Amino acid sequence: MGKYIIKRILITIPVLLMVTVFCFIIVNLAPGDPTDLYISENATEQQIAQMRANLGLDQSFLVQYFKWLLNLVQGNLGFSFASRLPIIEILPSKIWATVTLMTSTLLVSYLLAIPLGIISARKQNGFIDNMITGISFLGISIPNFFFGLALIYVFALQLGVLPTGGMETLGGDGGVLDRIQHLVLPTIVLSAFYSSNMIRYVRASMIDIFSENYMRTATAKGLKEKLILWSHGVRNAWVPIITVISTDIPKMLGGAIVTEQIFQWPGIGQWMISAINARDYPVLMAINLIAALSVLVFNLIADLLYAAVDPRIRY
Amino acid sequence: MEEQLKFNPVPRKKIIEMEQISQTQGISQNDDSYAKTIIKRFLKDKVATLSLFIFVLLILIAIFAPALAPYNPNQTVGFFEEAPTNEFLLGTDEVGRDVLSRLIYGARVSLTVGVLSVAIYAVIGTTLGLLSGFLGGFWDSAIMRLTEVFMAFPYFMVILVIVSLIGPSIWTVTFVIGLLGWPVLCRLVRGEVMKLKKADYVQAAISSGYHTFQIAFKHIFPNVLTLILVNMTFGIATSIITEASLSFLGVGVQPPTASWGNMMSNAQSLTVLANQYWRWLPAGLMVLISVLSVNFLGDGLRRAIDGEVK
Repeated sequence: MGKYIIKRILITIPVLLMVTVFCFIIVNLAPGDPTDLYISENATEQQIAQMRANLGLDQSFLVQYFKWLLNLVQGNLGFSFASRLPIIEILPSKIWATVTLMTSTLLVSYLLAIPLGIISARKQNGFIDNMITGISFLGISIPNFFFGLALIYVFALQLGVLPTGGMETLGGDGGVLDRIQHLVLPTIVLSAFYSSNMIRYVRASMIDIFSENYMRTATAKGLKEKLILWSHGVRNAWVPIITVISTDIPKMLGGAIVTEQIFQWPGIGQWMISAINARDYPVLMAINLIAALSVLVFNLIADLLYAAVDPRIRY
Repeated sequence: MEEQLKFNPVPRKKIIEMEQISQTQGISQNDDSYAKTIIKRFLKDKVATLSLFIFVLLILIAIFAPALAPYNPNQTVGFFEEAPTNEFLLGTDEVGRDVLSRLIYGARVSLTVGVLSVAIYAVIGTTLGLLSGFLGGFWDSAIMRLTEVFMAFPYFMVILVIVSLIGPSIWTVTFVIGLLGWPVLCRLVRGEVMKLKKADYVQAAISSGYHTFQIAFKHIFPNVLTLILVNMTFGIATSIITEASLSFLGVGVQPPTASWGNMMSNAQSLTVLANQYWRWLPAGLMVLISVLSVNFLGDGLRRAIDGEVK
């Protein structure tokens, strides 16, 4: 076990380095020179050269990369061009907003999807199964922006029962009820995809399990149907379910860009769109890096948990 | 003695003779080829067949757009933001262009991006997956680490950033999706190849001394083809949504070129959303219908291949 943990962590290190290189290259794809943003048009050649030297742009690509990496290790993500604030100061509130939205999304999705997936599998190819499968296809096929606009149109503009966007009413009391009201529509939009996705996985793995020998044995032994379903069936479905959950969680930071934009939700996604419009490269680099890092860390944790739970899993 | 050691091939005549005997005796009665069987099963699935019909219809609309569209999609032909009338069946947009014509031309953008981007990543993913699974060892772990690097970045986020940095257009959207979409397919193909590697016919090919690439592409590839096709179909659906979302955010296909996504951009303003349904509802429905049909098509194909439909 100890050997496996060390091996798994060692494998992550080159991937981590490649991720940082990739981030650095992406942002350097941008046309133009960063000094354009700092220097007035009538600067002399000498001033520009001085500025480039100050920013370290006269050095080779590799040196620039390692300097950036060194800053990164010290927790220095740089400054936002747009707000002139250190990125690390803006980041927590954005992450908080996105994590709030995604937590409620995943909770709603799983509470809905796991029972529906099991029901669907038990009634395979029956009317209820066809309904659930059909609706889950609709859920993965409807584009976020269209569903979001349609919900705003119906519930905010026509019926007037829910707010059109934002995290809380401006100038309101910021109470719990107010926040929940703002959370409802974006959560529905995002849950449509996540729950549909989960329903399909749960259904498929339950159907697989129903055809296993131990299920037939349990039936042959004369066990009660409920007992078979819960202690033999669902219990074995947890591994695939946990797999889906562990891929959903790290997607949280990057998974709600369009939805946040439509509902003016002040999270990572909306920050990213405004950074794109303002050509705020350091912010783009930081968000990409943090999103990628969180994926790697969650993958690592998931793999270690599997190894702890299932002795068959080894590298 | 030496004569006996020589390998004597069965004469071709004899093989034909044997085949004739087996046919007349009715030993192999199954004339249907594999592809035929799958098509037969697929057509028994009503939803899948309907989806295929809709998808073909969309392709025809895209191809014959100039003949079908009542107006030039990029020209001002009426008043601004006009509600649907007999003259403009789906009204006009903010600069007086005919919405119906733009909708018809939008099919071109969606299908081009959808099909082309998937074709690009299918080639990359399949090649790397075959090599990774078949070669094993160093190459396998190098390719797998590369997929981990690509998969670490949230799919939509990284596409959004790269397209916006190198300059949005229909071609950058297509190529960026194509260059970033391959890791999932690559892993799928690799897994399948590792299973097939143990099959007798592959072991036979290896011991007969065939070249590695020949085994990978001639013996193994045909057997993972159906898997790749199913994955590609679902991929087209994802690419269509991705393009529409990017264009909706203003980071995809740029106006005046019509895309279903960028036609809906203006509905981010609540006045447009509340009062001018024709400027967001038809385009949104088109995206939904095409994605839904492609997804059902993919599922029908998967079920036909897996033998879920009899």
